Amino acid sequence: MSAILSMDRYSLFRLLREGLGGHTGWKPAWRTPDPKPEYDVVIVGGGGHGLAAAYYLAREHGVGRVAVLEKGWLGGGNTGRNTQIVRSNYLYPESAAFYELSLKLYEGLSKDLNFNVMLSQRGIVTLAHSRHDLDSVARWANAMIVNGIDAEVLTRQQVRDLIPAMNWGPDARYPVLGGFIQRRAGMARHDAVAWGYARAADARGVDIIQNCEVTGFLRDGGRVVGVETSRGTIRAGRVGLAVAGHSGVLAAMAGFRLPIVSYALQAMVSEPIKPVLDTVVLSPSTGVYVSQSPKGEVVVGGALDLFPSYAQRGSFRTTEDVIAGFCEMFPGLRRLRMMRQWAGITDVVHDSSPIIGPAPVEGLYLNCGWGTGGFKAIPAGGFTFAHLLATGTPHPLTTGFGLDRFHTGRMIDEAAAAGIAH
Amino acid sequence: MMQIPCPWCGPRDEAEFLCGGQTHIARPNLESSDQEWGRYLFERDNPKGLHFERWLHRMGCQQWFNLARDTVTHEIKAVYRMTDPKPEVTE
Repeated sequence: MSAILSMDRYSLFRLLREGLGGHTGWKPAWRTPDPKPEYDVVIVGGGGHGLAAAYYLAREHGVGRVAVLEKGWLGGGNTGRNTQIVRSNYLYPESAAFYELSLKLYEGLSKDLNFNVMLSQRGIVTLAHSRHDLDSVARWANAMIVNGIDAEVLTRQQVRDLIPAMNWGPDARYPVLGGFIQRRAGMARHDAVAWGYARAADARGVDIIQNCEVTGFLRDGGRVVGVETSRGTIRAGRVGLAVAGHSGVLAAMAGFRLPIVSYALQAMVSEPIKPVLDTVVLSPSTGVYVSQSPKGEVVVGGALDLFPSYAQRGSFRTTEDVIAGFCEMFPGLRRLRMMRQWAGITDVVHDSSPIIGPAPVEGLYLNCGWGTGGFKAIPAGGFTFAHLLATGTPHPLTTGFGLDRFHTGRMIDEAAAAGIAH
Repeated sequence: MMQIPCPWCGPRDEAEFLCGGQTHIARPNLESSDQEWGRYLFERDNPKGLHFERWLHRMGCQQWFNLARDTVTHEIKAVYRMTDPKPEVTE
């Protein structure tokens, strides 16, 4: 029986059948195997990137023996802590091609994984609050159009028609003069992306091992040939790291440093309210971005705590700044109560572009440096990382994203398109 | 929210300060290779735990100083001047 047939497919027919049968026939979406002594590829990190890489390793490259090791639970790190935004509005050709692949994979993902990732292409509006913002918005949209990606510059009135709930009064502290929209951007359910990839990878034979923390690397000469974990030693042909904010910790374990600093990025959600906002709003000047989840919660994302941090809570000082910006932009929502606030540890790189390539140690490969924008990159990050882990050489789309750029000087500086000031 | 003890002004709110990142980074000589220069410019320790870092009291006395701080608990273990050697601190 082929791997895909062994997957317990979800469908309307299946739902009806289970409904009539009292929902007793549903099986767990993935197995909980014990680690085997050896794999072809071991991926450290059971977030979106690690799980997606495992899935594409099995599907695109036919690599059979793959394990994903997660120290906590699946999607419990940044994959479950982001604000669910997907977009491909970047400035430079390398990034545009990469993030556009990601958005295209997202567009087919629910069908591909047989798991509803609740993609909602409701558009993302980037606001301009000053004459200078208008110039940078025009430049940004033009760069996207040159790269073949959809973008439309909007007038003040067009933004107002899209987002009537904003502060349009004459005394607005941050008046909106215009903006631009990428209509194909939007949001997807972050947990579903992790679970969907996990279920589809598991169906293709990938071992997903939770509560398994890597404590060291197994070496043969200089080469990494496996990992030491809290559940024993696991040998591997190749080891991939997809651990986002903890990349520096794993790198130190392997004896090298990375051009990465970890910062806490926070977000918060309000109590659910009736639909008031049907697009994603990003205000680079106030450092605030806002959307409304399908449940009705208003999701507010904000700035980084600008000092190195591994605390997944975020500083109250930044919370105050974010809330102040939000209240000014949406005065009608200022009496909302916030239900939850949290932070994810982001792996920020000097040029705000990812690192996908071989590590300085043989046998070890990197998928990191996503900074504040890892969620949108999950499908393409996984797809290209799988190529790297299967072949040992970078995917053509990611040849510019290696570590060598930090001494050749060929940076891909996406700081302006990152959305959040670094 | 941190309260940071400025060596000149005393304890003040985190909002008054700017973090300048890792401290005690020695500049390599000008004949160094591109690789060495790249490491100097971009590679950082980025530890989970004790970190030695520079801070500027931007909204106060505008002086730079060093902190030894835990990056998980944000507990400040030592405060010392820019020219002081790295102090002995236990995690």
